[in-house]
Amino acid sequence: MGKIMNQSIFNKKNLLLLGFIVLLIAPLFLTDFRLNLLGKYLAFAILVIGLDLLWGYTGVLSLGHGIFFGIGAYAMGMYLKLEASGTTKLPDFMAWSGVQELPFIWVPFQNPILAIILGIFIPLMIALLLGLLTFRNRINGVYFTILSQALVVVVVTLFVGQQGLTGGTNGLTSFNTIFGFSLASTTTQTVIYLITAAVLAIVYFASKVLINGRLGQVLIGIRDGENRLRFLGYDPAIFKTFIYALSAGIAGLAGMLFVLQVGIISPTMMGIIPSIEMVLWVALGGRGTLIGPVIGAILVNWAKTSFSESYPDIWLYFLGLMFVIVVVFLPDGLMGLFKKFQKRWSGLHDKQPDSARVEKNYS
Amino acid sequence: MSGTILTLFNGLSLGSILLLIALGLAVTFGLMKVINMAHGELIMIGAYVTYVIQSLFLKYVPEPFFDLYFLLSIPIAFLIAAGFGILLEVSLIRFLYKRPLDSLLATYGVGLMLQQLARSIFGAPNVGVQSPSFLNGGLTIGTLVLPYSRIFILSLSILCLVAIFLYFYRTTNGRRVRAVMQNRQMAECLGVQTRRVDLVTFAIGSGFAGIAGCALTLLGPIGPTIGTYYIIDAFMVVVVGGVGALVGAVVGAFGIGFFNTIFEFFTSATIGKVLVFMLIIAFLQWRPSGLVSSRSRVLDE
Repeated sequence: MGKIMNQSIFNKKNLLLLGFIVLLIAPLFLTDFRLNLLGKYLAFAILVIGLDLLWGYTGVLSLGHGIFFGIGAYAMGMYLKLEASGTTKLPDFMAWSGVQELPFIWVPFQNPILAIILGIFIPLMIALLLGLLTFRNRINGVYFTILSQALVVVVVTLFVGQQGLTGGTNGLTSFNTIFGFSLASTTTQTVIYLITAAVLAIVYFASKVLINGRLGQVLIGIRDGENRLRFLGYDPAIFKTFIYALSAGIAGLAGMLFVLQVGIISPTMMGIIPSIEMVLWVALGGRGTLIGPVIGAILVNWAKTSFSESYPDIWLYFLGLMFVIVVVFLPDGLMGLFKKFQKRWSGLHDKQPDSARVEKNYS
Repeated sequence: MSGTILTLFNGLSLGSILLLIALGLAVTFGLMKVINMAHGELIMIGAYVTYVIQSLFLKYVPEPFFDLYFLLSIPIAFLIAAGFGILLEVSLIRFLYKRPLDSLLATYGVGLMLQQLARSIFGAPNVGVQSPSFLNGGLTIGTLVLPYSRIFILSLSILCLVAIFLYFYRTTNGRRVRAVMQNRQMAECLGVQTRRVDLVTFAIGSGFAGIAGCALTLLGPIGPTIGTYYIIDAFMVVVVGGVGALVGAVVGAFGIGFFNTIFEFFTSATIGKVLVFMLIIAFLQWRPSGLVSSRSRVLDE
């Protein structure tokens, strides 16, 4: 019995390693265009790991992660924009809106290291604040979800409205260089791609460690029976706030890697629809597993790219239909489907209860 | 002075629209613990129904009777939106009871599909609906002009509120709804057909969304995303007001309506939205489960 389990874990590890190696050598066999797309998907994959920690493991659904992603992306974009405009000149859109000197919000972003730190730190702090103010008052479940979506509306309106500070609806674009290297060059893009893949691996394994540890048990406990955990002496609010802030920070990190490869960030990329699409990636891949959402993010975005190339109209139908199908028929996503088949084939673990999932049978 | 009164009036008007939308939401959420994200698209359906009826009248009905289209479209919008609601409940939502987050996602998916459907049928650009002539112009008080259309919407939502109040508190069906809201299992034990109550209530809530859509055609052009513009504010009304009592929705709707317009008047549209959001968060520190919450000993999950 134990041997079989060990073996299957060993196989899983091997598969993961194989997947990572494929990602590492992808620059050798993909065209620049495809590699750039893959890099974008990997940035999304980093984000969904954070979202999955929050939703899949802790049971808190945020429809506002586009904001954290976007703020990270803007932080990097501001640095790139400043570097593109030279140290003394203003970014072009500021001149158009009549801004005379660099606004103080922009000043720290002249320094790339500071920009990277802020790109993680600002989303983290926003989430920390909102999390403390809501979870401590036991504002849970759908109420929190609705508030997180309202946050999207507020931030997007703010970004669109402050034309002189954020570039308005156009967002930030036309970047030139990073650390003096041209962003257009293939070498720079390949290096950025490799960094993205490495960050994905690091975030993945760090989350794995986190989930396998005691903290992971507490998080799953919050998901499956928050009150029971409270009776045991844990304060769910602290854990939820922590994981919300962590996932926001991860989203910010993903946003920075995204903007480096896509070269533009605008309010539409952080709005309501992108935020909810992110949730779909997690749901389709399989919430409550770490590898599922990563696969989900890559798969859905690949499908989106191929669909939008040929039939842009159908994409929204498809997206909506996927939501319905996944929620009604595949609550555990593709990974759940995969596990089901695996069980059926092996026929061994049939009678074992699924220990990871405790049904909520009280209301 | 007149500017202040106009601002207050606009706040009242926005509040009445939010109330019309939030009534349906509050009822379905309070009753079934289901968040219907497609509610915004039911509003859109109501708006497009009005548009279609208007176009038909323009084509086939002689000029003097044109204005009647609006009076006709209110009940029709109600019925069609209610029909969509029933369809949604029977085909999807009843599988998702007690899974509020999942129902939210699934209905969101339905909403996206309906939006795209509207885009395919009516085109992506907004379409204008010609207001009936008796709602053009406005009531003049001194230097102040209060548009008739907004006064009409205000009266319409008050009418709806009274109707839903009478239904809830003065009819047998309404008593059943309240019983199920308070304790579903006990109501079931006493012979209330909870499934039927759910279905009828959901249909009524959806119908109100249709009426809201109809009313929105008076305020400007309509498009496939008209619902999403209002829906999040309407959800905030539910969060602030709490579920289980109509008073909460009323106070929540007019509160958010007022503060929204006042903040926008004194700052700008964008800063106003931020301030309202902060105010809501601050309010929830004081009243985490909304203004009016039903008390129970059940550990809420």
